Amino acid sequence: MHEYALIQSLVERVEAEARARHASAVHRLSVRIGEQSGVDIELFRTAFMTFRDRTICERAELVVDTVPVQWACERCGEPIQPGRSLQCASCHSPARMVGGDEIILDRIEMEVA
Amino acid sequence: MCDSCGCGDHELVPVELHEKILAGNDRTAAHNRAHFRAAGVVAINLMGSPGAGKTAVLEATARAMGNRTLAALAGDLATDNDAERLAAAGIAAQSITTGSACHLDAQMVHAAMHATKWRGLDYLFIENVGNLVCPAIYDLGQAANVVALSVTEGEDKPLKYPVMFRAADLVLLTKIDLLPHLPGISLNRIAANLEKVMPKPLFLPVSSLTGEGMAAWSTWLEHRRAAVPNAALVER
Repeated sequence: MHEYALIQSLVERVEAEARARHASAVHRLSVRIGEQSGVDIELFRTAFMTFRDRTICERAELVVDTVPVQWACERCGEPIQPGRSLQCASCHSPARMVGGDEIILDRIEMEVA
Repeated sequence: MCDSCGCGDHELVPVELHEKILAGNDRTAAHNRAHFRAAGVVAINLMGSPGAGKTAVLEATARAMGNRTLAALAGDLATDNDAERLAAAGIAAQSITTGSACHLDAQMVHAAMHATKWRGLDYLFIENVGNLVCPAIYDLGQAANVVALSVTEGEDKPLKYPVMFRAADLVLLTKIDLLPHLPGISLNRIAANLEKVMPKPLFLPVSSLTGEGMAAWSTWLEHRRAAVPNAALVER
């Protein structure tokens, strides 16, 4: 249930940005969440609907862009398909996750008087 | 005000951030890490499900590493039980009671550091809240993540909780003294599942009860000191 804590951090960050720019409302938040980031997207949305009340995000829409998992060789960059092991077939180096672990706030659309 | 057409509407401004939602936590974690490195303290974030044997591993570690000074911060939803057990085993321990929070974050660890004599330690173990999901994504400032997985939890736990096991630098397979009573459980199959989710699979079978595997675990911990530049300076 860390989704609630994540939404709390998100809303605090948005409120700080909105204050700094003298915004009167936030219309839309765009976030990027990896499929293997450890975030349950449905729970994340529910948490947002719960926490946005009485904040500057009260009427904001949450747009979630999900990112599929991608692994690549940390040495030669060759894409690696998860399977028996997470190692490069050609050079046997360990794989590195190059996509799918994101928990990122990309964009805030706010109303400025 | 929209001044391009004079419609009287407010202006919609897009603000591009592209920043981690946990950026604030990561900054505090970096601050904790800098403190640990400067003081030559190896901080270990010990995670695992409730009942995986995290506290027992620390009790056994105290027995196996009598030459080192250890302390622990014990995250717990509601009680001080773990800290009391650790204190009885000779490990100075400070509870972090998280209330309803299912994980520790860098700020909780930072606050607990103010209440703990952690400078001058060899190792500070941060025993996270028992949970295989939430703690995985919070950097605390540790030198390494260790996940305790007991052999009674089932062979497929790594596949069910890939985020946690991907974050692990080491997996301790605990309670191996129970293996004779678990004919359906094979260490090889657990290892094969770890390889599917850990790019650098590394695990050690241990028993906190019999002490089996504790020497290998101590050696692994000693090797972590090489990664902490000031650890050698405070070598005793």
